[in-house]
Amino acid sequence: MSAKEIDRTLQRLAHEIVEETGGTANLALIGIRRRGVPLAHRIARAMRAIDSAEIPVGTLDITLYRDDLSKVAAQPVLHSSEIPFPVDDKDLILVDDVLYTGRTIRAAINGLFDLGRPSRVRLCVLIDRGHRELPIEAAFVGRTVQTKDSEIIEVRLDEVDPEERVMLVERAE
Amino acid sequence: MTERLRHLLGTEGLTAEQITFLLDEAKPFQEMQRYPLKKLATLRGKTVALAFFEASTRTRISFATAAARLGADAMNLQAESSSLKKGESLLDTVRTLDAMKPDCIVMRHASSGAPAFVASHLQIPVVNAGDGTHEHPTQGLLDALTIRDRRGTLDGLRITIIGDLLHSRVARSNLHLLGKFGCHFTLCGPAMWLPRELEGLAPHVRLTPRMGEALDGADAVIVLRVQQERLHEPALPLDEYILLYQLTPERLRLANPDALVLHPGPMIRGLEIDPAVADGPQSCVLEQVSNGLAVRMALLFLLIGTGGETEMAGGGRAGD
Repeated sequence: MSAKEIDRTLQRLAHEIVEETGGTANLALIGIRRRGVPLAHRIARAMRAIDSAEIPVGTLDITLYRDDLSKVAAQPVLHSSEIPFPVDDKDLILVDDVLYTGRTIRAAINGLFDLGRPSRVRLCVLIDRGHRELPIEAAFVGRTVQTKDSEIIEVRLDEVDPEERVMLVERAE
Repeated sequence: MTERLRHLLGTEGLTAEQITFLLDEAKPFQEMQRYPLKKLATLRGKTVALAFFEASTRTRISFATAAARLGADAMNLQAESSSLKKGESLLDTVRTLDAMKPDCIVMRHASSGAPAFVASHLQIPVVNAGDGTHEHPTQGLLDALTIRDRRGTLDGLRITIIGDLLHSRVARSNLHLLGKFGCHFTLCGPAMWLPRELEGLAPHVRLTPRMGEALDGADAVIVLRVQQERLHEPALPLDEYILLYQLTPERLRLANPDALVLHPGPMIRGLEIDPAVADGPQSCVLEQVSNGLAVRMALLFLLIGTGGETEMAGGGRAGD
């Protein structure tokens, strides 16, 4: 996926969200660290162009909620979750780059509910690559890609990486 | 990547990089204390043994709360009911605890070096929660976090420590830790409590028995607890200590106008500190308590939250 395709996809996702929700009132986006964060900001920008309303954007660090920490050897670097609005009764959309096993999203939902009780939580991802291990689906999907378990989806974004594109690569042994 | 922590026996053995990493990791836990739901499942199924061979209230509660907030269970060994009273050796006691398979041991002991001794005999991480007159590293870390939050940096600050420096493990942990950030220390108290050996613990240490000299230009003032049983006639009666060394609002004016006041607790109002200072805008005493919880959560998370010896596969794995 090229930079141009990423941009077009995000524009379409922004339109879908506004249309599905019937406006943007009470809506807020939560980007999952790291690459969900710039995606959430870009979608919010696109939504502002459509509805001329400011959509609050928060970020969520899910490290402490992961279920595979005991398999991680190095010292994980923790980041703050920055959600500058109360999540109680908000209509939230979690934003992430790739939906794979669903475990990240499970962790993010746990994290969100420590902060309050949103009225609704939906999921928006740039890529859905299948292979779910939990009953989790996205309401808004940029692109669905058939993948093998041995493959990796690499998402590179200008805000975090030196380049902007999405690639399907073979997992290094 | 900083070197992985195996135990926390003192701040002396930590690098400035490790300290900065630990303080940074405490930040999310500080914020979490404002969440409506404060309990995580991060350390679910893990057990933290709290072996306090010396009485402690605040440190023990802080560690127990840190463990609980991370979802771990705490195993409690009470000093009063301990089998040590019945003549069991320290090593036998901790081996018994260890046989119940805790994931780490947090221990306090009246003998300096006891946690290091235990660490050399066990496979699990050992956290020193205060040993004799040696160190109290988590107190040093929480003091550093409090000072760094308020001043924005630790580098090159002027730190004044007042009180019984001879017996203070808090002062030693502060000297070792803040000394790595180039802080300048002035240690102040009655001459009998100012051993020359303290000058060797950090690069810039000055000793003085005079409060005026000690407070002049200080960025942070750490007031130590004074144990009344250590004050006696004729060396130094209690009322004379109060007269000479109590931190009063008048004396605090000699320090920088925004100087911080810290106290490790328990604080005896009217002895080492004037209530007006303890409750004043410069006092960080309650922040220290909250930060203690955050630092201890970060520490437990780093010591037992992750496992295995394999390398973490690069940070950029998407959708895992």
